Amino acid sequence: MFDERTIKRFKKSKASIFGLGLIAAFLLLALLAPFIAKPQGSDPYQMPQSGYSSEPQRPSAGKIFGTTESQYDLFYGVVWGARTAFKIGAAVIFVALGAGLIIGGLAGYYGGWADEGAMRLTDIILAFPGIVLAVVIVAMLGPGIEKVIFAIAAVSWPAYARLFRGDILTVKKQDYVTASRLMGAGDFWIFTRHILPNSIYPVVVVASLDIGSVVLTAAALSFLGLGAPAGYSDWGQLVAMSRNWILGGAGSPFAYWHTLLIPGGAIFLFVLAWNLLGDAFRDVLDPRQQ
Amino acid sequence: MRKFLLKRALMLPLVALGVTFLLFSLTGLLPPEMRASIYLQDQRELTPELMQELIKEHKLDAPLVVRYGTWLKSLLKGDLGYSETARMKVTDAIKTYLSATLELTIFAIIPIFFIGTRLGTISAVKKDKWPDQLTRLLAITGYSLPTFVFGLLALMFFYGWLGVLGPGRYSFETDMLIHSGAFKSYTGLLTVDSLLNFKPAVFWDAVKHLVLPASVLCFGSVAMLIRITRTSMLEELNKDYVRTARAKGLRESYVIAAHVRRNAMIPVITLVSLQFVRLLGGVVITETVFDFPGIGRWGVKAAQQLDLAGVMGFSLMSALLFVLANTVSDVLYAVMDPRIRYGE
Repeated sequence: MFDERTIKRFKKSKASIFGLGLIAAFLLLALLAPFIAKPQGSDPYQMPQSGYSSEPQRPSAGKIFGTTESQYDLFYGVVWGARTAFKIGAAVIFVALGAGLIIGGLAGYYGGWADEGAMRLTDIILAFPGIVLAVVIVAMLGPGIEKVIFAIAAVSWPAYARLFRGDILTVKKQDYVTASRLMGAGDFWIFTRHILPNSIYPVVVVASLDIGSVVLTAAALSFLGLGAPAGYSDWGQLVAMSRNWILGGAGSPFAYWHTLLIPGGAIFLFVLAWNLLGDAFRDVLDPRQQ
Repeated sequence: MRKFLLKRALMLPLVALGVTFLLFSLTGLLPPEMRASIYLQDQRELTPELMQELIKEHKLDAPLVVRYGTWLKSLLKGDLGYSETARMKVTDAIKTYLSATLELTIFAIIPIFFIGTRLGTISAVKKDKWPDQLTRLLAITGYSLPTFVFGLLALMFFYGWLGVLGPGRYSFETDMLIHSGAFKSYTGLLTVDSLLNFKPAVFWDAVKHLVLPASVLCFGSVAMLIRITRTSMLEELNKDYVRTARAKGLRESYVIAAHVRRNAMIPVITLVSLQFVRLLGGVVITETVFDFPGIGRWGVKAAQQLDLAGVMGFSLMSALLFVLANTVSDVLYAVMDPRIRYGE
């Protein structure tokens, strides 16, 4: 799938390099979070609060991004929020991809009733607008990061299962699979030695590029008050906190701009980076555009 | 063709049935008292006596499949319980809120269609030149900028700073007027009803409240249409009949308008029908940001306050609309493009 020409074309695309650079910067921020913003309490993901006044403070020397509602430190929240974003993104993709590979794999390899059952199940889940089903699941489970991860994974796996199943169906018909079977190989051997290596890459690439949209959905759930618990470093929650302050004060309509633009900008750049990368991949791999 | 239509028509109720079963089994995650609340008929306290009554009436202690059967029976009778957040029956809530959402989606889908196909065409014709680059930049910003961030920014400018447009569906004056006896509701769409009632002030007020949420929805969703139009146009532009048309000496604008666009529009039209309902998912966030009293804001409120009947009604309706639109879009596709005949 990735021959030399493809990689060359990919490197030529400036947008994809920019996206890759942004992702690397966010990753660095997430990894170095304990050094950039020192944790103060026992739970490092909990944003430190200075005082109890609800009115946000403007950026100042001590707090370079200022504070948001209830005096939560914005700089701390944005830095540790990067960690939260990667945590949620990676966990969702891990769970959803795992489920997609197992269910899609069984459906594609065995066919018949297993296939029919699995595909009708994906039909039903895909019959919902993703965010609606995620809202319903979180409503039933209650808020919390793990529940958000579960809810988003539960709505994302069908796409991966279908893609993987489709690829298996093509590989299954190849002559080398038949040859291996004639030589007496068992299902497990054939699947792991011949089918898996020839069908797994597309779905893994597609899934890992979905991290951006997963984080976007998680942020949306947090914004709706169905995600991270209060005070947890989470970009979506920080945007939700700015909601009461968008009107500004008398005579200065943009007095609290930082409460919206800083966490909102973080989500935007993060999602943009993944989308740039995803678009570049699609252009490079789309045979119709060559 | 008939076989394909028949197959799709048979699939529709099956998927719908699956959707109801999935939603119902999700309620199994909840404690029994909460599960019972979807059977309440009006605003009543769930007392232990009432609980016993409900358990008996709806066989709540029976296994899942039996419970599902009794629930489905009442569902088919059009009985979805009582929504605590809406303070009315779920069926009434759907009727009330759906018209507001429908009005919002109509106001968004029209600009989405025109802007999306226009920009997509320009982008394809001027491939890799600056109009294409600019359009792609616009599109990628559109689907990377979270709806809630863009919505709040729009409110900051137009409500906080300029004070011209605001949240909600109408102003206080309009609220008074439409709930007085003098205003008759014909369609539930405020812009239409106001004209039928000869109240231009109400019409103007409704439009003013629709502009912001509709623009936000449009900006977020137009990217998909731009992309599909662009890809579809590019594919057609490479075909032999285009070369023939050019070789005949036809003007380029004529080739694009009369030949390429027509063929390229096939996937686009079907996508628009799908987009229309996909917007119903997008409105969940937009309506919450703008406090617009539609189906999405109701669904979120119900989810926040654990109004189970409301959540079920909202999700059931969204999913059924979605399934229906998917089917319509598939059929449209097959009807419009004779090359596509599924299962033949």
